[in-house]
Amino acid sequence: MDQILSVEGLKKSYASGFEALKGVDLNVESGEIFALLGPNGAGKTTLISTICGITNATAGTVRVGGHDIYAEFRAARSLIGLVPQEINLEPFEKVINTVRFSRGLFGKPKNDALIEQILRDLSLWDKKDSRIMELSGGMKRRVLIAKALSHEPRLLFLDEPTAGVDVELRKDMWNVVGRLKEQGVTIILTTHYIEEAEAIADRIGVISKGQLLLVEDKAKLMERLGQKQMIIELQAPVTEIPEGLASYDLQIAQNGSALVYSYDVKADRTGITKLLSDVSRAGLVLRDLQTKQSSLEEIFVNLVQEETA
Amino acid sequence: MNLTAIKAIYLFEMARFFRTLTQSFISPVISTSLYFVVFGAAIGSRIQEVDGIGYGAFIVPGLIMLSVMTQSISNGSFGIYFPKFIGTIYELLSAPVTFLEITIGYVGAAATKSLFIGLVILGTSALFVDLTILHPLPMLLFLVLTCLSFSLLGFIIGIWAGNFEQLQLVPLLIVTPLVFLGGSFYSISMLPPFWQWVTMFNPVVYLISGFRWAFFGAADVPVIASLGAISLFTVICVVTIGWIFKTGWRIRN
Ligand SMILES: Nc1ncnc2c1ncn2[C@@H]1O[C@H](COP(=O)(O)OP(=O)(O)OP(=O)(O)O)[C@@H](O)[C@H]1O
Ligand SMILES: [Mg+2]
Repeated sequence: MDQILSVEGLKKSYASGFEALKGVDLNVESGEIFALLGPNGAGKTTLISTICGITNATAGTVRVGGHDIYAEFRAARSLIGLVPQEINLEPFEKVINTVRFSRGLFGKPKNDALIEQILRDLSLWDKKDSRIMELSGGMKRRVLIAKALSHEPRLLFLDEPTAGVDVELRKDMWNVVGRLKEQGVTIILTTHYIEEAEAIADRIGVISKGQLLLVEDKAKLMERLGQKQMIIELQAPVTEIPEGLASYDLQIAQNGSALVYSYDVKADRTGITKLLSDVSRAGLVLRDLQTKQSSLEEIFVNLVQEETA
Repeated sequence: MNLTAIKAIYLFEMARFFRTLTQSFISPVISTSLYFVVFGAAIGSRIQEVDGIGYGAFIVPGLIMLSVMTQSISNGSFGIYFPKFIGTIYELLSAPVTFLEITIGYVGAAATKSLFIGLVILGTSALFVDLTILHPLPMLLFLVLTCLSFSLLGFIIGIWAGNFEQLQLVPLLIVTPLVFLGGSFYSISMLPPFWQWVTMFNPVVYLISGFRWAFFGAADVPVIASLGAISLFTVICVVTIGWIFKTGWRIRN
């Protein structure tokens, strides 16, 4: 497969002197879905903005479809579609006009059939004559996507496309992403939701403090991240783990009023059913039960520690 | 040249204008009429003639210039400041367009709007006073050049401005005084010699004088100086914009 994006030694310092990217190297294959994960302020948006030409790089080279983003900016940018993190839209404009404008701005001839198709795919067709300010937040985000798709990009950047979008709509968006992939569009998205990366990405990159810590196949990374915890809250506190439960990886928490069980989501048998029956056999009475997946933030901390260790 | 992109920007900007066409049309008509009531009828009846021209007619070129200059600056600056302010500029910056194309689109639209307003004022004036335009083509040339160069100036202000106050600052502090002291409502020859000399440093004097010459054939300064002044002004604006785009000043951080 050929590379649609290649980033080499990319650095970005803002005017304030802050170094937001500290030498990023990244190659993305044509046709893949690449998820960029990272805590707030990691440099995800900066990376995207630099590739797209919104901010200037301080050092390094970026090629899109083999074209240098500065020397051959027309060829490079013609391939790119960008859905920004912030909802930047003109409130008084009609949906269809802003989408048409985007296509024209990218130098593509008028194609109303295509625009209709895009708006229909994003469930926006019945809103085409509405003004932007009359739309809900989720709809506005879809207008941004429609604008980016209007000029038929080969490489699509989605900067937190599902932030503030309800579960239902999030699934819709994943479907849209899936369809684009079928059409051969390469997609790079940023997200804070690990489920999201898990659901749609082929490869995942983790960025923190302006450095790409790792880039890995989704399957491999998920193994590393698949730890989950079950918290068993008890009616009566215990001081030690009962005999019958000694074989489980259990820890006492909340001053003995809860037990915490760590298990691997990806394992064939999580052992939950057996554990619960053993719990009641040991004479403990449940008050409540909850499970918890390590937050992305915790995972990042672990990763960062791992990488620097 | 990405002509499609230029067209897209131009038409998008013009659409905004057409949405409020009635407003765009009515406000210059009303303000022009007011000027004629105050300057033409009330004051003009006592002034009689300037340079052999009835005062009502004499102020027409200045009146048009006054509106065209302020309108051009506000159209030009607002056109580019607005996307900066609401964030839609990301799209311009990521599109396969050069800054030249962006400028042509925005400045072209801004200039078209103010040209329209200039012509509306001219038309309204013709209802109040007898107007014969001695040199129609040079008149149009001066008008178009003024629309363009002041829209360019506005564009620069729009890029420079970091907030709405700054957006108003330059027009309010520099342009309005220069325009009012530029001989819109009087002939430079009416001033004492010292102030005549000072006035020669006001670039707007050259524009209004040239424009008035195109109407009546009489001018405060030689026409060639007027043409030189406006050309120089346009060139300065173009060079400044070229520099801004090269460095990404205030646009790409
Ligand atoms: N225009 C700017 N000037 C100065 N510093 C900036 C600018 N934009 C971003 N930064 C800084 O660069 C760093 C990276 O910001 P960036 O927006 O790329 O993070 P992010 O990974 O997209 O975060 P989030 O998940 O919150 O969107 C942050 O520390 C931020 O404060
Ligand atoms: Mg971001």
